[in-house]
Amino acid sequence: MKLESVKENASNEWYLLQDSRDPVIYVGTATCGRSAGALGVIEALQKDDDINNSRIIETGCLGLCYAEPIIMIKKTGRPLLAFGKVNPRVAARLVRDYLNEDKINNDFVLGTVGEERINGVGKLFDLPVLKPQVRRILNNCGFIDPENIYHYIANSGYSGLQKTLELKPDEIIGHVKVAGLRGRGGAGFPTWKKWKTARDEANKQPAANNESPAFIICNADEGDPGAFMNRSLLEGDPHSVLEGMLIAGYTIGASRGYIYCRAEYPLALSRLKTALDQMRELNLLGENILGTDFSFDIRIKEGAGAFVCGEETALIASIEGKRGAPVPRPPFPAEVGLWEKPTVINNVETFANVALLLKHGADWFTEYGTEKSRGTKTFSLAGKIKYPGLIEVPLGITLKEIIFDIGGGPSDGKKFKAVQTGGPSGGCLSSDMLDLPVDYDSLVQAGSIMGSGGLVVMDEDTCMVDVARYFLEFTQKESCGKCVPCRLGTKAMLDILSKITQGKGEEKDLNFLKETGAAVQKGSLCGLGKTAPNPVLSTFRYFENEYTQHVKENKCSGKTCKEMISYYVLEENCTGCTVCKRMCPQEAIIGESKEVHKIIEEVCIKCNICHEYCKYDAIEVN
Amino acid sequence: MPDDLKQIIHRHWGERSELISILQKIQEQYGYLPPEAMQETASYLKIPDTAVFAVATFYSQFRFEPRGEKLIRVCLGTACHVRGADRFLANLKKELGIEEGETTPDGKYTLESVACIGCCALSPVLTLNEEVIANITSPKIRKMLIKK
Ligand SMILES: Cc1cc2nc3c(=O)[nH]c(=O)nc-3n(C[C@H](O)[C@H](O)[C@H](O)COP(=O)(O)O)c2cc1C
Ligand code: FES
Repeated sequence: MKLESVKENASNEWYLLQDSRDPVIYVGTATCGRSAGALGVIEALQKDDDINNSRIIETGCLGLCYAEPIIMIKKTGRPLLAFGKVNPRVAARLVRDYLNEDKINNDFVLGTVGEERINGVGKLFDLPVLKPQVRRILNNCGFIDPENIYHYIANSGYSGLQKTLELKPDEIIGHVKVAGLRGRGGAGFPTWKKWKTARDEANKQPAANNESPAFIICNADEGDPGAFMNRSLLEGDPHSVLEGMLIAGYTIGASRGYIYCRAEYPLALSRLKTALDQMRELNLLGENILGTDFSFDIRIKEGAGAFVCGEETALIASIEGKRGAPVPRPPFPAEVGLWEKPTVINNVETFANVALLLKHGADWFTEYGTEKSRGTKTFSLAGKIKYPGLIEVPLGITLKEIIFDIGGGPSDGKKFKAVQTGGPSGGCLSSDMLDLPVDYDSLVQAGSIMGSGGLVVMDEDTCMVDVARYFLEFTQKESCGKCVPCRLGTKAMLDILSKITQGKGEEKDLNFLKETGAAVQKGSLCGLGKTAPNPVLSTFRYFENEYTQHVKENKCSGKTCKEMISYYVLEENCTGCTVCKRMCPQEAIIGESKEVHKIIEEVCIKCNICHEYCKYDAIEVN
Repeated sequence: MPDDLKQIIHRHWGERSELISILQKIQEQYGYLPPEAMQETASYLKIPDTAVFAVATFYSQFRFEPRGEKLIRVCLGTACHVRGADRFLANLKKELGIEEGETTPDGKYTLESVACIGCCALSPVLTLNEEVIANITSPKIRKMLIKK
């Protein structure tokens, strides 16, 4: 089958939808949409007799997670109109009012998409969260049905592959090189180099029938806690990633690819399965793809909950059915990888970039970014931030623009303290670093890393020593135990950090942390150990005062470490409503109805339940 | 050994690389890995029992005890952590009277933690069986325990 005939079917279906006489309602049903109640919204819409002539299309995530569930409505003669924070109770009425009377509820409307306007509603992409963004990788997310391959194809999907199939592998590698694409999985390694090595090695393989001389692996393990870029992309536009894998396979001469996706992402896994089935039907996968000599198949491998399996050599071991323990490099997987064959491992977003850059060309790709960090990058914004979500921005943008202009700054009017980048291998940067351009090299210089793009914002109520302890607990637990510096070093650091957060720290502990950190960095076998001390060392660099406060003054200014805080009732606010008293699991609160209550400090376990239940802001922490 | 268990295992080709997915299929069906299932897997793949145990114990997804009717998994990822996840876990432990990884004596709840489910924008979160519960608070958790 040729792509042209598929394209025709695809555009027919797509334009029928665009010009549909019946209204179309797009509902974001990615994981974030669902957990905010999107499926309930769909149910409510389907039940309503007035609007059940509308078509409902489930899409991925627009990235405005704070506004989920989001629905977008299209009716004839009107632009696409987006509503946010919809719930099952209001959904049907919102839609009915708009469809029947053009009535737009301002409490829910987000904006219009496209050039046309309606009733003075602003454009969706003029919202402060969207305006500074450059959406290339995320272009389809939220606007197409990820479970319908025609939607992808109608939006010029697989045309990057089509172009690729007319090029020689060296030409493709040349394009990737000129574009300057660097891996989006963390280390920022030049993609073309990896591909070239693998291609050269694959050419040396003895010809064996039926066996692939090389392999492609898509790393969708996304192990960094607090990061969800890859999940969102796989749920919103899986074909963009799979197209990149095909291009890589063709380039290095592989006929088999694997996508290693973590089990914690069931929806991404199921949308991937659907995508692969649809590709097979259209001969975009399998033998003689699109009538060429190129044959390629992709299988899904589900991770089993081990962070270290995001590391490429551990990931390979895991696909082979073994414990996910890393092995020393060199040889690199591009030389000796899966089943000892040359293997290209790239991140989800790297593959999506590949598909775009082959479609549009290297010049297009380099329109954004800096000299050494080209293109755009997706970031997930979470933690104590007003507008958490998924964004895409040109590399080189400052942290301030991301966190304040797009993310709206810390939530609840609190003061910004730090942003964590790069997950457990990264670091925490302070407000002094807000003008830092976000590119691979600047972040390393600042003591962190770009990582895969997870940004977790922390406000004045976060304790940085506790954050360092948190990450060490994580890496210590996830250390595969194979090498001594990582296994014992992270344990020793964790013990000291726990001691400090429990108020038992001594001054000499601080030096011990620095020295052990340096030793673990130097001596560990794989990236997990080598980078595990980063969260500690970076918090030392920017927040040393917090460490000394803990050790010398027994004080936790982030009001987090239990041994250093106490809960009490603010008398002027307490109405004696007795709710806290009833909810306290320790019976640590006393006081009669309508009289000021009191917390008995010796009994209080600082579970925070009273604070959450109090409606009068009468519970304080100090 | 139940027939369907054998079926799950024997549906595979018998290649070593299928080990993890076989174990995943078994756990999907039974909620945990019964010892005899792991032995059968070993003999089907022609590898020693210990090789299967070594792999199964490496990955945190696998459980070796039956799980309760409701599986509660509290996310301890970074975004959830800075929003107080460990307190919610501690409170749940106290409320249910069990430690992480344990099941209540009546078999109703199993309590676990998870490293991140990618729903960080709506943190803190937990999952109740397949359902993600976002922006959790103590009152929300209380309602969840009363309702279900
Ligand atoms: C402990 C550890 C965990 C990692 N986790 C991931 C991950 O979850 N996703 C990812 O793409 N890369 C991860 N990496 C990086 C991979 O080893 C590898 O560099 C990357 O997948 C290469 O893809 P890229 O060149 O496209 O960035 C991890 C590395 C280490 C050391
Ligand atoms: S940190 Fe909890 S869902 Fe990601």
